[in-house]
Amino acid sequence: MMQIRLVLLLSLFLMPLLSRAELTIEISGGGAQQIPIAIVPFGQAAKPNQENLSNIINADLRRSGMFRVLETRGVANQPTDVSQIKFPEWTSLQAQAMAVGTVQPIAGNRLKVTFALVDVLKQNQLAGMEYNITPNQLRLTAHKIADVIYQKLTGESAIFASRIAYITKVNKRYALQVADVDGVNPQTVVSSNEPIISPAWSPDGTKLAYVSFEKKKPIVFVQSLTTGQRLTLANFKGNNSAPAWSPDGSKLAIVLTYGANSQIYTINSDGTGLKPVTKSSAIDTEPTWSHDGRWIYFSSDRGGKPQIYKVGASGGEAQRVTFDGAYNVSPRFSPDGKSLAMIRNDGGKFRVAMQDLASGQVQLLSDGSQDESPSFAPNGKMILYATRSGGRGALAAVSSDGRVKQRLSEAGGDIREPAWGPLLN
Amino acid sequence: MNKTILNKKLLGGLLLALVLTACKSTPMANKPAGVEDKSPTSSATTGADANGADTSGVKEVTIDSNATGSGALNDPNNILSKRNVYFDYDSDAIKAEYRPLIEAHAKYLLSHDSAKMVLQGNTDERGTREYNLSLGQRRSVAVKQALNQLGVQDKQIETVSYGEEKATQSCADETCYQANRRVDIAYERE
Repeated sequence: MMQIRLVLLLSLFLMPLLSRAELTIEISGGGAQQIPIAIVPFGQAAKPNQENLSNIINADLRRSGMFRVLETRGVANQPTDVSQIKFPEWTSLQAQAMAVGTVQPIAGNRLKVTFALVDVLKQNQLAGMEYNITPNQLRLTAHKIADVIYQKLTGESAIFASRIAYITKVNKRYALQVADVDGVNPQTVVSSNEPIISPAWSPDGTKLAYVSFEKKKPIVFVQSLTTGQRLTLANFKGNNSAPAWSPDGSKLAIVLTYGANSQIYTINSDGTGLKPVTKSSAIDTEPTWSHDGRWIYFSSDRGGKPQIYKVGASGGEAQRVTFDGAYNVSPRFSPDGKSLAMIRNDGGKFRVAMQDLASGQVQLLSDGSQDESPSFAPNGKMILYATRSGGRGALAAVSSDGRVKQRLSEAGGDIREPAWGPLLN
Repeated sequence: MNKTILNKKLLGGLLLALVLTACKSTPMANKPAGVEDKSPTSSATTGADANGADTSGVKEVTIDSNATGSGALNDPNNILSKRNVYFDYDSDAIKAEYRPLIEAHAKYLLSHDSAKMVLQGNTDERGTREYNLSLGQRRSVAVKQALNQLGVQDKQIETVSYGEEKATQSCADETCYQANRRVDIAYERE
């Protein structure tokens, strides 16, 4: 059992108070076989507010639960490129792999980042990269390097160069925020004194759809992250909620009520072309698309207690998907389309469960009592979700095999409704 | 919490929303019904304090919708000032004790053609936010149907839901949960 506490301190003076408070990440558990790796501090001029890339890479790898990141400070040899490595020093540290690199200023106020991943036992290079970046791409580059290491050594696809969205509630003010996957660099997308819920990333990661109560009723907006431009996607009589992007980003499934119960519709991403999908007298909500865009999975109480159903994206007869457990809601597809994460009411405790679609087998993954909003990492290896801790909302993540658990909380605030975004280019 | 104050705030917000809608729709009178203006709302300011041109930069939007208001419907001696209908757990059945209240509001709507009511459903915090939004809606629809049975037309009523968003968090007992399971009655103008 490994228990690590990382407190990621932000440069608070750069940021407005409250809306950009620090996130604390706590990790427990770990993979059965953790790879011992040494990330040597990068050859990088020490600058205020500029972390050494090795720290960011180090923290990413630790959080995956698949690495045992070794302490390098006691080692005399501190190489910044492959030619400088004195292998006996690193084999005696029992490192299987090591990473070295540099950050150098180049013309045009840009930076050159070099990096190499080395197999210590075989003494050969596994990966080598060079990046020409602007200074504000430094953290993203560190996450990309962590992804290269992770991919080479675990065989899994990338995860770290991505962002998460979530809602904070601090002093009765709600904010939709976006942060790096390690909780650092939180930025406010929209803030309001009325609730905001259900953020959903466009597949290209440039926009967020969300539900805002700023007009005293739920209305669906789509907002560009780069320009701040806001589109009222759906503001029909009654409720407008639960936006979910189609895999190609051209449409969203939404939930409207008019004067009756929640029903599922699709609408083009520019707000045109509204079409009904379900027509029942029951509650039909929480839509999510299958990867081929042909099906919409959703929660419905048409059979009594809420269960997950699927319906053709242009309508038709719905079929029940979940049979195990008395109450299953909030379906979310794994990136490979083989599993469905959901929230199960397990004897009054709401927990994250995962169903293998081929076998129908279900595994409970979380252990809270009010867990909700499951959201897969881009590679499907972790599921981010909302939980409650000490009477406040917090975020948590669990590996898809249930082994590694993380908890993210914000000092003095409530944090909820997480959504893991796509990989950044 | 003082419910009258809460309702006043709520009504004020609605009044403000109405004013904004009126301002916005005037130059676009030919818009088909039910199609929403796609420009940013007048209550939003865009990107005021956006920082550096990072590749992962995010423009910030701030919304403030504070307002207050009051009206005859808020006279505490009038049954019309009673605005809350409470429900049992996992139920949208209207209890007999709320009949007089619903009848009084039906009578008011029937005698005030231009009055528009908003029924706001609420749930306790247990369960997922979106599902609770739908459960809250089911309750506001139940109140609407009771009003329909008394002759009130749908055009005078909008049913919406806050789900668990206005619920008292971390309830320790049933009394606390009970207070969250309700429909609030609000009017767009009085």
